[in-house]
Amino acid sequence: MQSSAANLLVLVPLLPLVGAVCTVLLGRRLGPRAHLPAVAGIGAAAVVALLLLLGTANQVGGGHADPTHPVEPVEMISTLWQWATVGDSRSGDLPAAEVGVPLAPGSAVTGGAFSIPIALRLDPLTATLLTIITGVGLLVAIYSIGYMHDDPGYPRFFALVAMFVFSMSMLVAASNFLLVYVFWEAVGACSYLLIGFWYTKPEAARAAKKAFLVNRVGDFGLALATFLLWMTYGTLNFHDTHLADGTIVEGILGEFRLADEVGYVGGAVGTAICLLMLLAACGKSAQMPLHVWLPDAMEGPTPASALIHAATMVTAGIYLITRSAPLFVGCPGALTMVSIVGATTALVAALIATVQNDLKRVLAYSTISQLGYMFVALGTGTMLGFTAAIFHLVTHAFFKALLFLGAGSVMHAMGGVIDMRRFGGLRHVMPITAATFLVGACALAGVAPFAGFFSKDEILAALHAKAHPEAHGSDHAEAGSAGERPRDLAGGVGLVASVPVRPFRPGSMITRVSLSDAHDVSHEKVGLDALDHPSTWRLLFWMSLLTAGLTAFYTFRAVFMTFTGPVRVPKEAGHHAHESPSVMTMPLLVLAVLSAFSGVVLFATNALSGFLSATPSLTAPAVVRTAVPHVFHWEIAIQGTLAAAIGIAVAAIGHLGRRSDSPQLERYLGPLGTLFANKFYFDQIYAALIVKPLEALSLVTAFFDRAIVDGTVDAIGQVPLAWGSAIRRMQSGLVQRYALAGVVGVLAIVLALAWQLRP
Amino acid sequence: MGIAPTLAVTQPAFWPLTLILFLPAIVAGILALPIIPRGKDDSVRWVGLATTIAVFILSLWMAVPAIFGAGSPGQFTVGDAGMQAVVKQPWIPAFNIEYLLGVDGISMPLVLLTTFLSVLAAAASWPIEKHVRPYWILFLLLETGMIGVFVSLDFFLFYVFWEVMLLPMYFLIGIWGGPRREYAAIKFFLYTLAGSVLMLLAILMLYFASDIRSLSDDQLLATHVVSPALEGADRAAALTAVHSHPKPVHTFNLLALAAIGQSPASPFAATSFWGMTLESWAFLLLLIGFIIKVPVVPVHTWLPDAHVEAPTPISMILAGVLLKLGGYGILRICYPICPGAGLSFAWLVCGLGVVSMVYGAFAALAQKDFKRMVAYSSVSHMGYVMLGLGVWSAVAGHEYQWDAWAQGVNGAMFQMLAHGISSAGMFFMVGVLYDRVHHRNLEEFGGIFNRMPLYASLAVAIFFAGLGLPGLCGFIGEVLVTLSSWNYSRLLAVCSAFTVILTAAYILWAIQRVYLGAEYKGPHGDHLTPMTRRELAIAVPLVVLAIVFGVAPQLIFNYITPTVNRQVETLAEWTRSIHDGHPAAAGAAAAATDDGAVGFQAAIDSFSVGGGR
Repeated sequence: MQSSAANLLVLVPLLPLVGAVCTVLLGRRLGPRAHLPAVAGIGAAAVVALLLLLGTANQVGGGHADPTHPVEPVEMISTLWQWATVGDSRSGDLPAAEVGVPLAPGSAVTGGAFSIPIALRLDPLTATLLTIITGVGLLVAIYSIGYMHDDPGYPRFFALVAMFVFSMSMLVAASNFLLVYVFWEAVGACSYLLIGFWYTKPEAARAAKKAFLVNRVGDFGLALATFLLWMTYGTLNFHDTHLADGTIVEGILGEFRLADEVGYVGGAVGTAICLLMLLAACGKSAQMPLHVWLPDAMEGPTPASALIHAATMVTAGIYLITRSAPLFVGCPGALTMVSIVGATTALVAALIATVQNDLKRVLAYSTISQLGYMFVALGTGTMLGFTAAIFHLVTHAFFKALLFLGAGSVMHAMGGVIDMRRFGGLRHVMPITAATFLVGACALAGVAPFAGFFSKDEILAALHAKAHPEAHGSDHAEAGSAGERPRDLAGGVGLVASVPVRPFRPGSMITRVSLSDAHDVSHEKVGLDALDHPSTWRLLFWMSLLTAGLTAFYTFRAVFMTFTGPVRVPKEAGHHAHESPSVMTMPLLVLAVLSAFSGVVLFATNALSGFLSATPSLTAPAVVRTAVPHVFHWEIAIQGTLAAAIGIAVAAIGHLGRRSDSPQLERYLGPLGTLFANKFYFDQIYAALIVKPLEALSLVTAFFDRAIVDGTVDAIGQVPLAWGSAIRRMQSGLVQRYALAGVVGVLAIVLALAWQLRP
Repeated sequence: MGIAPTLAVTQPAFWPLTLILFLPAIVAGILALPIIPRGKDDSVRWVGLATTIAVFILSLWMAVPAIFGAGSPGQFTVGDAGMQAVVKQPWIPAFNIEYLLGVDGISMPLVLLTTFLSVLAAAASWPIEKHVRPYWILFLLLETGMIGVFVSLDFFLFYVFWEVMLLPMYFLIGIWGGPRREYAAIKFFLYTLAGSVLMLLAILMLYFASDIRSLSDDQLLATHVVSPALEGADRAAALTAVHSHPKPVHTFNLLALAAIGQSPASPFAATSFWGMTLESWAFLLLLIGFIIKVPVVPVHTWLPDAHVEAPTPISMILAGVLLKLGGYGILRICYPICPGAGLSFAWLVCGLGVVSMVYGAFAALAQKDFKRMVAYSSVSHMGYVMLGLGVWSAVAGHEYQWDAWAQGVNGAMFQMLAHGISSAGMFFMVGVLYDRVHHRNLEEFGGIFNRMPLYASLAVAIFFAGLGLPGLCGFIGEVLVTLSSWNYSRLLAVCSAFTVILTAAYILWAIQRVYLGAEYKGPHGDHLTPMTRRELAIAVPLVVLAIVFGVAPQLIFNYITPTVNRQVETLAEWTRSIHDGHPAAAGAAAAATDDGAVGFQAAIDSFSVGGGR
């Protein structure tokens, strides 16, 4: 069973990779059917992923009526080969003879060898994300058959999409931080190539470079976090490694460390690791201050935007933090920072989105804002928060992909125009697109009972619990109070009792090799931890609620501007503006169904959160303790719905039935409107504070290199010449002068000898 | 001396190694004779190319026995840490100078890189029309020089090859180069010569301070001072001859010098002038000679000029092989022979590495000339090599953890090989464009992707390898080096990790300006023809290797790790003995036993399923 599952797991990334390679090799020959290998590869991977999801769900077991009851972690590791092994390979699968060497005390920190196995894992989190990645990937690939049909780069597009699906699957299936880093960069490279897909457009080339560079700043954070993890834990593996002689090398997220109450470092080191990971997540998930690349990334083809820059790749940051949940829960300050970053980003991006006129930009800022929402949930550090974030990730993948594909459908029909002020009443021209777009908009705005309503509700509930710890019962008393984190083990005995005891595999508990001295690192408070206070969470809750209202406003503003009012079609569309072909509308319909019903189904059955709670990372005692019964939060739902209703109402007042090029509501905003329209001047500030100084520094370096360093070299090169020309003057040809020099020389020698021989 | 000379020709590695080394020179000599008539330039080219291919196949036969069916004597045993295929023949007995060759896990991959890049550079030399015959003679002489440096185990021989390499390079740049070729060539020559003179000084210092009588019998055999091939009475006689010598017996043998340098009572540790030890002086003199070659800021300015003026194939050789000689020298000579100085100057080596890294990246960012930009990227990338070689982490916190240092040195070695592939590729890609449009101004390109899609795809792949994208060759070395330097100094580690952002900036900016965009903006746009088959035959192997090195780095580590780990461990033991005052462990370098606790493994676990339930 396990080995067949392992084989299946390998297929998920492998099939799209094969598709990509085939497209590259056969692209020319296949001509207009160049999409076949990629679509087939991704489709087959989607089927496999679904099978794995069902298999994993089966393993978790259904019906977790009581989520506070600890769930057995479910994971399966499949090690393919050792990628790179350098040095004393203590943490790898090494011959038994080598293992007998006892670890000298103190050597543990760096005693591990650098050994990176290509290990894939399957657990509920990975299975969920694999299904989303391949599923949405398949729909987007099918849609692209219509959207990209006469593009000269047709094969290249499908090769890149398949390559992306491969990289992204590997990212969420990798069981090692360095592998995560590898595919973290690989998805960035795919994103770079897809943003710059229409490379002849200078804006596209610029946007691609910007995306890669801003992401590299985040990657820098991930690299440093990886190094710190390596130094702290002595391994980069997630999983425990079972050696031939029965020794077990603890992985960072392996079952032994997870069960260990003091398995994770807190304090300054832990917080540094978490903040660096947050930096990485900010880069990939376009959170402030690294969000500036995502709006520009809309220069790429719309299906790529839907898949990469809305549904999947940008959620890598959420994945990373969820995966590292045990590391984060020990660092309340860092966790709170996650929420602060998320809430601020959500609010700022929503404000910017309210005044954008480019439909894709609206959706881009909306993506940034919704990702911020997920960060807010993650930052609560509770079981509810983590599952709510992934829940929102799932529903967001459906409805944002739907909205982007809908926008693409509009763009396709309108001859490439995407400025909403030039559209109007398109529901008469393209009814399917309009209807599905409306479904997506309802889901995004959080209208009940569409998908977004339930996931957003969960997030707000998680926040509310942190903001009002007293109102949410005493079974998770530590939530929200800075003083009683699981890290403080002053009275730890009582807490340890609640750790779920997991049966060890029989016979495997011979020796455990911990490569970390986590126990010795003090768990002192860091200044940042003071942020974790109910008042902070109250502020964050209200910011999120405000964001919910703004989201509803800009979403329906876009709907009203594009699809209602008098019919207006830009002249670029020609005379035959029409609904898109069925190969494009079919994916829209599928996604619309998912956007409409996935939320209510997943919420009512509580299937997703029950399933996710069996993810090893979420079985850490510190997370399990925070689990609460699954209930519907009426008061929060009402607040959320109210916010959405107000937003929709304002949008209706401003835009419903009007010409979209008429004066807009933003004229009432005054200077604020200018601020929003200019995106809070982030690009200008970065240009002035970072780009220009670095450019200047590089020019100074180049000048220094030429003038000073090389100048010195050339000057030294002149010395022999100067010396030579000085000496040349002595060869004047005047015999008298030579004679004089001779006499002087003899005199000098005589004097020197006399000095030497002096008594 | 009294050491019975062994008949070198009977040594199994004599012919393979000697042929690899001298075949190019012999062919160069033949080409110099009027055998191929005048005007038959193509015949000269084919002879030259065939020679490089023959040498490559020979080195492949030696280095990768698996291809040819393993087992022949003289072939390299992968995974063996020690010096292999040693060839020993007295050359100038009066000064104990020997024809002493050998390869180990450090030099074998570099020899292979040299012979491989020589084939590609030979193929890239086709468009050279001027003075074809002299060009190929010098080219082949250059190959002999380069290989000679890597396989020499005698310091004097090493020096001879080092100089042999210098002259052909001078003429290749000075005659076949661009408009400022004479300036560039003389600059290259003087720079390298300055380094050579300092090196010679150090060689003589070490020679006259050395005395092989202090070595034990085992060490004498392990360092090949007394050939281990000798049996019974001959061996005993040879050993006795050494020990009973009335006067100090000096040596140029690099292995013996290393054994002496690491012995507890090292004569090199004696204080010399200005209060510094002899080995400190030797280390610094050698280091200057080698870092000029690497090159390291501030002695790097010959590189951009030499690269810009050199013809494409020579740029490939220059970046791909010549720069590695510096790193090789530091690894092979500086550290083992002068470990005390290496310990005290670790900060210098690491600091220079990081300065080069950052400085080179900033300078590359500002360049307008495509080739000059790639040249500065070499300065930046070779900084990683320096940092990796220098992280003497055994002193960090006085914990004798050699793992981190081993990571650094392994990373540096890998970086050298990877950079050999990626930089040669980048220079070739620049050359392809230059051959067509005859300019290199970054501002006057654009739209190449549209005009030459296949070429642009390959070029972007190679540039991404240079950028250090995971899955391509540039990544592994950088990660290992940065990871290891973390233990030594966090500041340096953060700086080197930060450099990847700058690297991405200059490479992506160049890609944007050259390959992307709508229209080609420069002159001779109509000459932008697709790649020829010859050009493809050069570019594709480089791209393939860049991917293979990135996906399966273990192929390379199989060669380098055992040797590197043993050297590092020996030096770490030496450090421990210095710090703790246990001289027992010292001097182990020479005892070339293979029990170095080198946890080396090449396990390829096929689908092993572990983990939880």
